[in-house]
Parts: sequence; C-alpha cells; structure tokens
Amino acid sequence: MSEQQTIAPSPAPVTPSAAMIRTLGIVASICGALIVSAYQITLEPVAANKKIALERAVFKVIPGAASVTEYLATPGGIQLGSDTVPAGAVKFYAAYDQAGALKGIAAEGAAKGYADVVRVLYAYSPEKQAITGVGVISMRETPGIGDKIYTDKNYLKNFEALDVRLSADLKSLANAVKVVKHGTKKNPWEIDAIAGATVTSKAVGRGINESAQKLLPLLVPHVDNVSRPSGRQSP
Amino acid sequence: MSLPGQAVPSLMEEFLEGIWKQNPVFVMVLGMCPTLAVTVSAMNAVSMGLATAFVLVTSCLLISLVRNIVPSEVRIATYILIIATFVTVVDYAIQAISLAMYDALGAFIQLIVVNCIILGRAEAHAAKNPPMKATINAVGMGIGFTIGLFALGSVREIFGAGKLFGISLFGPDFQPWVVMVLPPGGFFVLGGWLLLFNWLKSRTPPAPAGVKVSEGHAHV
Repeated sequence: MSEQQTIAPSPAPVTPSAAMIRTLGIVASICGALIVSAYQITLEPVAANKKIALERAVFKVIPGAASVTEYLATPGGIQLGSDTVPAGAVKFYAAYDQAGALKGIAAEGAAKGYADVVRVLYAYSPEKQAITGVGVISMRETPGIGDKIYTDKNYLKNFEALDVRLSADLKSLANAVKVVKHGTKKNPWEIDAIAGATVTSKAVGRGINESAQKLLPLLVPHVDNVSRPSGRQSP
Repeated sequence: MSLPGQAVPSLMEEFLEGIWKQNPVFVMVLGMCPTLAVTVSAMNAVSMGLATAFVLVTSCLLISLVRNIVPSEVRIATYILIIATFVTVVDYAIQAISLAMYDALGAFIQLIVVNCIILGRAEAHAAKNPPMKATINAVGMGIGFTIGLFALGSVREIFGAGKLFGISLFGPDFQPWVVMVLPPGGFFVLGGWLLLFNWLKSRTPPAPAGVKVSEGHAHV
C-alpha cells in the first residue's frame, strides 16, 4: 500500500466547484430560453391543430355538424368547457349545424383493450336517447385484428341506434351497455362482439358504458341549455 | 476523431462517415429502439429520422461551441441538458406540424433524449472538434440514420400494408403480410438488411476488406 502511495501521480488539477456551477448555470439558462421560445412559437399552431383534430373527430361521428362547442356537465349543471376538468364533471362536445340547431352530443370513452387503452368518441342523440355513431380517437391494437372495430361494417351497425335510455330516476342508464358474444345480440342496448377481436370490441363497449353512465345523468336533465351555441345565448 | 499520427479526415470524409462507413443503423447498430419500433411505415420512419437528425445536428453544434468552457466533471450533465432541450423543441415542433404524426411516433420522440447515437456523437466527436466539423459529421450521421430507418420503414410498409408513403402499390386484392408491421417484422427486416450490408462488404476483393468486415460485427 505504502509503495503505491509513493508512486501515485500528483492529482490532476481540481476544477473549482464555482466553475462547474457557473457552467451548468449558463448552459441551463440558454436551454431554458430555447425551450420557452419554442413553446411560445408553437403555442398557437398546436392549439389550432388540436381544435381541427377535435372538430374532424366530432364531425365524423355526427354527420352534418358545422361547429363544435366544448362543455362540462357537472352535478350543478352545465358550464362552458375549460382546460381543467373538475372532479365529478364530464367533458362533452355539442355539435351544431349551419343554422345553429343541435345536431348531437359527442363524448369520449376509454377502456383497456388488448395492447393499450382504446379511446373512442361516441355520438349521443338526445331525441332518440341513443348512441348514433362511434369513432376511434387512439388505439394501439394489433393491426389487421383490433382495427376491425372501425372497419367491420356489422360491428359498426351496433352503434347506429344503441339504446342508452336513462332509468326512471334519471340516476343511471336503464340498461347498461353490454358487449355480448358474437351473434347473440337480442336487445338494443347490447353490442355484438367481433369474433376474433373480442377483447378490443369489448373495450369499446366498456368505455362507452362507463362514460355514458357518468355523463348522461348529468346531461339529460339540462340538455335544453345546450340546444343553441352558447355564443348566441342571451343570459 | 483522429489519433496522433493519423491523417486528419477532410470535411467530405466527415460527412460521408455517418452515411456509409459508420452508418449508425447498418454498421454501428446503434439506436435500435426507435429503429425497430416506429418503422411501421415509410412516413413514420422518415419523420423519426429527421427529428433525430435535427436533435443530433443542433446539439452537436452547441456542444462543440461550449466544449472549451465545460469542465469534464459535469460534461455528461451538460450534454444531456442540451440534448433534452432540443428534443423538447422538436416535440413542440412536431405537435405544431401534425398531431397525427405526433400520435404515431408516440413516446419515441421524447425517447430521442436517450438515443445512444446522439450522446455517442456528443462525447466522441462534438466535444473534441470545432463547430464546423462537428456539425458536418452530425449532418452525415443524421442522414445515415434517416436512410437506415427509411430502408426498414419502406420494406415493412410495402409488405405489411401494400403501400408506400400511404399510396397503394398492388391494388385492393393485395393481402397484407401483417407480421411485417408487428414487432417481429422489424427484427426480420433489420436482420435482412444487416445480412445484405455485411455480404456486400465481404465481397469487396482487396485484402483490407477483411478488416472492414470485422469492424461491422464489432457492435452487433
């Protein structure tokens, strides 16, 4: 040991801590400035992109719609949508045609599928008290198998008039939306699963059921509040 | 990077290094995570390649600029900070350009931070060379990586979907070979390309070729 100590080379010059802190501080400030300016520059285009993407998704499930307004359904009534969703509230989109008449309501449902969460947007018609269409927002299911949920015509027929009537006390759905084994659909609130893509088609049904159970009891009693685009509503 | 006694590479050599001799995908076999995961279509592959190339070039330039003032004790922290900054910039830029693309690339944009090509270049090249050289070398590497991803993405899209850049090639009767767009397909296609590259190199007749072949296997 003592031998090693004697032949040990003289230590390399030590960098003072102040120099390290100074360097990191300078580099971090430059980086911070870069990030903030990138955020500021892209803020508007990103928001515009998100709006377009949302409108496209809503127009797809509600044909004939021309404008979309975001709302929150809360236990205290319906408010205009904001970025933060308070606890107990459910976000939904009201779609209007050219003349400003309500064409339908769209809301999001999500449930775990085969690979990851399947997020869908469904259209609800207050007149029919039924779901009238469904579209996929995002999913990572197996290509060629899971994507049948938006290519299989027989499966999509389930969502042309899926019964989501509320029970008499308006607290929950009269009949929970249920996915049944392929070929055994009997009631208008049941969804006929796709043979070979059962997990994904069940996820769609579960997502819709969960979301509708929460949203519709809050929305239906006040649905008249959204019958016109909010901008034109007089207080 | 030149050792004492070795000829200093010209700018052209610096540029071509990443495209052919040290191609990050086919020769160094680095950055396999995005290479295998996002190359399900040619468009995704090219976007991912360009995003990575942008981060590579800008961070190598900045690292090369500050290389003389950064104490070696904190150099890795500095590099990661710089790389993460440009990844964040790219992340916002892609959101502004196309949300569909952003969703398709998913977490792999953020994961550029830990792409070993970029940190490897920063440590091995940019930290030791002047800005001009570092940038040119990084541009070459970026192009090489994009070519590598495109080679995988185009083959996988053609077989797995019958399309290239979303344009149908074989008409509606084509039955897609779905396994090609699933994870195993990524390994098959990468294996095929590596086989082809190493075969091409081993065919080169002169004696020094033998050295090159072993180089190709070094990181596999």
